[in-house]
This record gives sequence, C-alpha cells and structure tokens, in this order.
Amino acid sequence: MDSIDLVFFSDHKGRPSNPLLDQLPSYQSLLYHKKQSLSSSTKRRGSVRGHFGSLTSGKWISAKMDERSSSSQQLIREQPKTMEEKRRAKEQHVAQDQDLHGWIHWHVHACRIFKRVKVDSLEVLSALVLFRGDIRVIEGMFGTGILSYFSFLRFLVLLNFVMFLLMFGFVIFPIAVAPHASGNITYSQADGSECTDYPSSSRRGLVVFHQYITDLLSGTGFLEQTYLFYGYYKVEAINFHKCTYNIPLAYLLVTIAYLFLSLIWIVKRSAVGFKRSLIQDEDRFQSFCNKVFAGWDFCITNENAARLKRRSLLYELKTDLEEERIKQKIAERTRYEKFRIYILRIVLNLFVIAVLAGCFYSIYRATIYSAQNEQKTNFILDLIIEYLPSIVITLGNFITPLIFSVIIQFEDYSAAFEIRFTLMRCVFMRLASIAVLLLSLWSQITSCSIDDCPCGYNHKLYPCWESRVGQEMYKLMIFDFLIIGAVTVFVEFPRKIIVNHFNCGLAKLWGQQEFSIPQNVLEIVYGQTICWIGTFYCPLLPAITTIKYCIVFYIKKVSLTNNCRPATRPFRASSSNFFFLVVLLIGLALACIPVTVSIAQISCSQACGPFTNYTTSWEVIPHTVSQIPHGLRALFYALSSEAFAVSFFVVTCLAMFYIIALAGAHKRVISQLREQLAMEGRDKHFLIQKLCQAQKSARCRDMPSKSLMVREQTSSYINPNHDHAGMFLAQSGADTATHV
Amino acid sequence: MGNKQTIFTDEQLDAYQDCTFFTRKEILRLHGRYHELAPHLVPMDYTNDPDVKVPLALIVNMPELKENPFRNRIVESFSEDGLGNLSFNDFVDMFSVLSEMAPRELKAIYAFKIYDFNVDNFICKEDLEKTLNKLTKEELTPEEVNLVCEKAIEESDLDGDNKLSFADFENMISRAPDFLSSLHLQHLSDTLIQNDLQSVVTGTVPPWSNSGLNVYLRDTMVVSRT
Repeated sequence: MDSIDLVFFSDHKGRPSNPLLDQLPSYQSLLYHKKQSLSSSTKRRGSVRGHFGSLTSGKWISAKMDERSSSSQQLIREQPKTMEEKRRAKEQHVAQDQDLHGWIHWHVHACRIFKRVKVDSLEVLSALVLFRGDIRVIEGMFGTGILSYFSFLRFLVLLNFVMFLLMFGFVIFPIAVAPHASGNITYSQADGSECTDYPSSSRRGLVVFHQYITDLLSGTGFLEQTYLFYGYYKVEAINFHKCTYNIPLAYLLVTIAYLFLSLIWIVKRSAVGFKRSLIQDEDRFQSFCNKVFAGWDFCITNENAARLKRRSLLYELKTDLEEERIKQKIAERTRYEKFRIYILRIVLNLFVIAVLAGCFYSIYRATIYSAQNEQKTNFILDLIIEYLPSIVITLGNFITPLIFSVIIQFEDYSAAFEIRFTLMRCVFMRLASIAVLLLSLWSQITSCSIDDCPCGYNHKLYPCWESRVGQEMYKLMIFDFLIIGAVTVFVEFPRKIIVNHFNCGLAKLWGQQEFSIPQNVLEIVYGQTICWIGTFYCPLLPAITTIKYCIVFYIKKVSLTNNCRPATRPFRASSSNFFFLVVLLIGLALACIPVTVSIAQISCSQACGPFTNYTTSWEVIPHTVSQIPHGLRALFYALSSEAFAVSFFVVTCLAMFYIIALAGAHKRVISQLREQLAMEGRDKHFLIQKLCQAQKSARCRDMPSKSLMVREQTSSYINPNHDHAGMFLAQSGADTATHV
Repeated sequence: MGNKQTIFTDEQLDAYQDCTFFTRKEILRLHGRYHELAPHLVPMDYTNDPDVKVPLALIVNMPELKENPFRNRIVESFSEDGLGNLSFNDFVDMFSVLSEMAPRELKAIYAFKIYDFNVDNFICKEDLEKTLNKLTKEELTPEEVNLVCEKAIEESDLDGDNKLSFADFENMISRAPDFLSSLHLQHLSDTLIQNDLQSVVTGTVPPWSNSGLNVYLRDTMVVSRT
C-alpha cells in the first residue's frame, strides 16, 4: 500500500472511511498531520480512491490553502497544523509583507515589534506575581479545585494591601508627615462639655506584665490612643503653605472609596465565571461528559495525587449513577410519601431556625455581659470575658455546620442540592453572627440610663464609641487568626499522627483530614467581612488582615501538604471561583450596612475622632459642598435631588429589563439552533445515503466498462462491514429508520 | 541561561515564537528538557534542523506525562507518523497546545484527536469505553461503564448517529466548564528547570534517576495511608 495510506490508516487496520464524507468541508478542517504538503497528498489520495470527485476536492483544498496563508500572523499559532506547516505559512506571510511598501510595511513591522515587546514584558511581570511558586506546587499536587481556594486567598491579600495603601496614603501619611513638611495641624478643641470628656485609657501606676498582653490582644490600654483606632485622629485640618488638607473629608471619602473599589474588583473578577454559568445548563451541572472528557487534571504530576484523583473521579461517577437512580425514585414517589417528606422538611427547617435563634441570642447576651463586666481580677478570666463574643461566635461556627450536615440527610434532597443548601445555611450563620454582634453593640451604644442621651449616644459607658467598635472588630480579627493557627496545630497534626499510627476503630472512623474547600472559604470570607466593617473604626485593620492572610496561606499550605487528602466530593474549579466571589459579595453587602448606618445615622463621638465638629460623620460632605464654588455646587445639588435619583432608578430598571429579555431571547435561539444542528446532521446522512445508492445503481449499470481494480475497490466500500466504525453506510440505513 | 547562539539561530527562535505560545526563554528550556530525554540522540546544536525523533517510550516517562492516563494517546496525536515518535517541532507543538495560553478551540481539536482511539474521526462507544477505563483503571463494573457511555453519548450526540463527531464534541466541550483549565500541562518549577539547564550547559548531565526533578518530587510527596 502507498505510504500515504499508511498515514491515513494509522492504526494499521486498513479501514477505509467513506470517500464522500472525506470530501466534506467539516472533515477537511480536521485533516491529520501528514508528511507531505496538503495539495500533493490530496492529489495522491484522489488517485488511489478512484474518480470520486477528486478534482473538486483538490480545487477545494488549494482554495483553502490560499485562505489560510492570508490569515493574520497572530492566528498562525492557533491553527492545528504541524510546525513545518506553520513555519511555511509564516514564511509566506513574511514574503507577502516584503511586497508591501512604505507606510504599510513599517506599520506591519511596528506591530510585530510591539507584540514581541508586550510578550516579553508580560513575562517579566508574571515573575513578580505573589506566591507564584507555591501555587504551582499546589496545582501539581492537588489539582485545580483546591488551587482555586489558594488563588482566591491571594486575591484577598492583594485587595487588603490596596485598601491599606488607600487609607495610609490619604489619611495616615499626611498626619505623620505634616510636622516634617512644615504643615500646621489644627486639632479639634474640646469645648468643655461632658460629651467631650475622654478619660485617658493608659494604665497608671504599677502595671503588671500580663496587662500589656491583655491590652495587645484586645486593643485597650496603650494601643487605644494610637494610629490603630479612630479615636486618635482628632485632626481637623492640616494647613500647608498653599492649601489646606481636610482630614475628616479624606477619612470619609477613603471609606467610601475602598468599599467601591472592592465591589468593582470583585465584580470584574466574577464576570468570567458568571458568563460561564449562564451559558451552562443547570441540569447538566455535573454532566457525565464533563467528567469523562474534562475530568482529569492534566497538571497532576505526583503519583499519589494521581491515585487520589482517580479515586475521586471514580467516586464522582458512582455517585452520579446513584443520583440518576434516586432521580428515578423521586419521580416515582407517591402522594403520601411527598406529603410526609414536606412535613418533615418544614419541621427540620423550623429546627434549624430555632438553632440559629439560639446562637444569635447567646451572642447577644455574651456581648452585653462582656461590655458590662470589666473586672480586673484574674488575668485569664479577664481575657476570656473580653473575648467572650468572639468565643461564642466561633463555637457557633464550629457546631452549626455539623448540625446542618446531619439534618440535611433527613431532608432527602438530591446530592447537588444538599451541598448547596448546607453551604447557604452556613454562609447565613457566619455573616448573621457578625450582624447580631453589631446590633447588640449598637443597642448598647444608643441606649442610655436616662431617657434621652444628651450627646446622642451613651457617653458615660462609651466616651469614644467608634474606638470601642474598632476594638471589637480588632478582637474578632485576632481571635479568628489564633483559632485558625490553633486548629491546625492542635487538631490537624494530632489527627494525622493518631490516624497514621493507631489502628483502632475510632481512628479509622475519624479518618484522615479532608481539605473542605467550602468551610475554608467561609472562614476567609468571614475575616474579610470583619475587615470591611472594621476599617472605618480601625484604619490599620487592612494591614493586619494582609499579614494575617499571608500567614494563613502558608499555614494552610503546610497543613494541606502534610495532613490532608483531597475531598472525596471535589468542588468543581470553574463553578467554585464564581461561588467564592458570590459569597464575598454577600459579605461586602453585609459590611456596607453597618458602615452606612453608623456614618449616616448614629451621632459621632464628640470626644475623639475627626468628626467632633459635626453631628454625624456624613455631615462633612454637605458642609464641604456648601463651601465649593457656585457652579460645581449647583451640579452636586442637582445630582442629589429626588428628580435625578428617580430618573436614574427608572433608567437602571429599564436597562435591567432589556438585558434580561435579551438573555431570554438568546437562550431560545440557542435551543432552536441546537435542534437545527441535529436536523442538519440527519439531513446529511440521508442525502449521503441517497447519493451512494444512486451511485451504486449507476455503477451497476456501467459496470462492464470499468476496470477490474476499480470494481474491487468500490465493492469494498459497498460491503457492509460492521467492525469498521467509519463505515457507517450500511449501518446508517438501519439507523435512519429508527431515528427519523 | 543557555547559550542561544549555539542551539538555535535567531530566525529559528523567531519562527518558534510566532508559531507557538512560548517565549524564547521557554523554548530554550523546552529544548533542554527534550535533550535530557535522550542525551545521546538529541544534539545540542539545532541550527541546521537535524531530523531527530525521540521514541514514545522515553517521552511518556516525562514527569508531566507520567501520571496521565492518556499519555500514549497525547504523544501519538502530536506525532507525524501516528506512532508517538516526536521530533522537536512536535514536542514544542505539544506543549504549546497544552499550555494555558492556547485558546479553547485549538485545545478542542487536539482533545478530539486524543480521545479518538481508533482514529476514525468519530468518538464511538468503544472509544468512550477505552477513555473511561483508562480514567478509572477499570474499577467500574462493565454495566456501569456501559451506562456512563450511554449517558455521555445521549448528552452530547446531536445528529443521532450514536457516536460523537467533531461538531458534537466541540458543542459539548463549549458547555463543559472545566475543559480549559483541566487540559493544561504545566512546566515544573522554574528553579528546577534552571538547575537542569545549568547542569546541561556545564557538561555534567546527570543520569535521569538522579536529576533534581525526582529528588524534588520525592521530597514533596504526600504521605497518606489508606
């Protein structure tokens, strides 16, 4: 046989594919690699196969080659050709360019150089990416599911760092640098009323050593009157030579800016995942095709990781088959069973609500107790009372997921829905516990022993309530960090030692630690929400969060590589990125509420902070707007008027309705096109079958005039041969009968 | 860094840079890896385009491919003779298509070739069964395998011929969310490659079993007990 045919029948079985199908344009675009050039091989193929339209196919091929050679350079690397063919295409392209003259030639040349420079600079920049080496190692060992958690963590480190830079650059730096840059700082003056009385919190007399530790961990004492908390920024303005720097305005604007920046950055990052999940069909979320063809992470290089991946894929497939069976079972449920299930679900949901209410109530009581009992008896007891709200919240966050995962098994949902529902409950628990803490603090702050508070807040208990809130957030942050470290050291490492060295039943039951991605993500989203809320009251909190997340990255990496095996039900990488960002957005939305309320509603402290001359923090802005020149002021008044707000709202609603309608229309078009595609395929088969029948009958008529060799060749195509998958001609007769 | 004057000419490097998704440094690194696979077969000097092919058996032992169940098919689909013997051009092509910069359409074309075991332009049920068995190392029962293959074909077969043509495959891949991220071979860490290249340049080519790659992998393996 010809060497060309050996290339075609590379499995050496000599199976011929249908000559008509080979000439179809869709097949031509898939031509396999061949040694010789396209046109010569097609000519030879035409001669071997006989005279079935080889001339037309040859013409078509040469036309396609012209088309290809004229494609732009950047598409050369995206074409499925061998290196030689790509090089030839490039040389043709270069030869074409030589013919260009003057400006066009220079333009093309400049574009090429620019592209080269861009690629090189991107390479340099990519070397500066944070945690690059560590993430590569994790990807190689555990695949892309767990990788998504770590790249999410890296994103948060960057976000917090940028927030810190904003706060530092616009608020802290001017204050710190003013004396050196010959700026004159005007502090807000105390006017002697009782509201402005701020007792000093630094400890006097003989201070025991552990007092410093308590102060460090709870932000009281020597830390209270530092840059760390809101109360220190009692600056009204900084007067430089040519201008005055308005610190209160800067403080407020930076707060609004970091919230907006976080929102925009997260939305931008989630846009890709959102698009993908819109296109994806909900039913096919964990489709079989996705598992078979895209299930294996080609990044895995480690033998153990490969074994674990294989096992998890096996488990997934078995679970999916099980789910199919369950789906059938659900479809066959009787009415009595449905009734029973619904009653059970209602009861269990009420139980869940009761559990949540219990947790929230205990957080409320713990906050009030901690605020009101400030005994300095015992060091450890003192610390525990200070940290009581954080301890209760953390306990709640540990216990409730266990309760939820037990309850959900009785509710008889499908497995995919089970995971999502449990997760939503846990998210709600975590974020609502912060809300409850803040609510209880707020009730403490705004309730006075007398009926109306003269200063607008409880100035006896909280002379500087913003610092107090800042301290609570600071304590939450520190405690969260300590818990992550403590759990890793005191729970995960011993667990590994016990499971590896003791063979008792309990150890087997407990099993090796699984890196549960959803729970870990909730942990860091919780921390980030605290940071967003707390930055207004504790401006250095983003810096602390950045350092905390950097350390958490390494703790988690070490724990992962030493203690954990991957989860048996792995989280899909693509959908998980979107899920993380959605949860983060919920956290951001939650964080905006207390900040907005406290800026706009609650009277700011008269004794500390930059807003002592205003009733609420928001008042800075109307005050500043009233001082700017007339034209700009009129613009701002127009922007804040009701007319503008209503029309903006209406326009936004219209835009949203339009986009939703467009998305619906696209979905319909997609399903129509899918049906059309199926129909076209059937048409194609039908037509080819008819054509072959017609050719067969024509050949039978002309048979005596043809050569023997051709007859032998053609008869091999006509012979039904069921082993050859490519030979569908005889089969398709039977198929179309069943499909049409 | 390798002495690029002696390995490739500038025109060759330019051509590689245009025809693949790699930069000059990465192409030189890849040449170092290729040379390491068969140091006595692969010349260091590629300026006159030598016609050298590394056999399949050596390539599938690379650390990036060693654990991949489809390693034989991957190498075969990038080779010109279909038997898995890769020249350097094919080698670079393979890494380029499977890198993270390649677009989805290009990866889909090659993925179709990889999964088409009997090379007949269709992914039929037998191809699917072979894919599944390689993925799970034959730990599913035959009826489960049958069920999964049937479901997969049912989900993606649009023209009703009970096997997947390229159009069906591409349509299904566009809806598979993990395809792009899973079909990607990463390079091993840069310092490691650097070390290997260093040893190549200084002339002390270590035997494969003692190279830095294996030591690194040994040290970072997860210890787990079943």
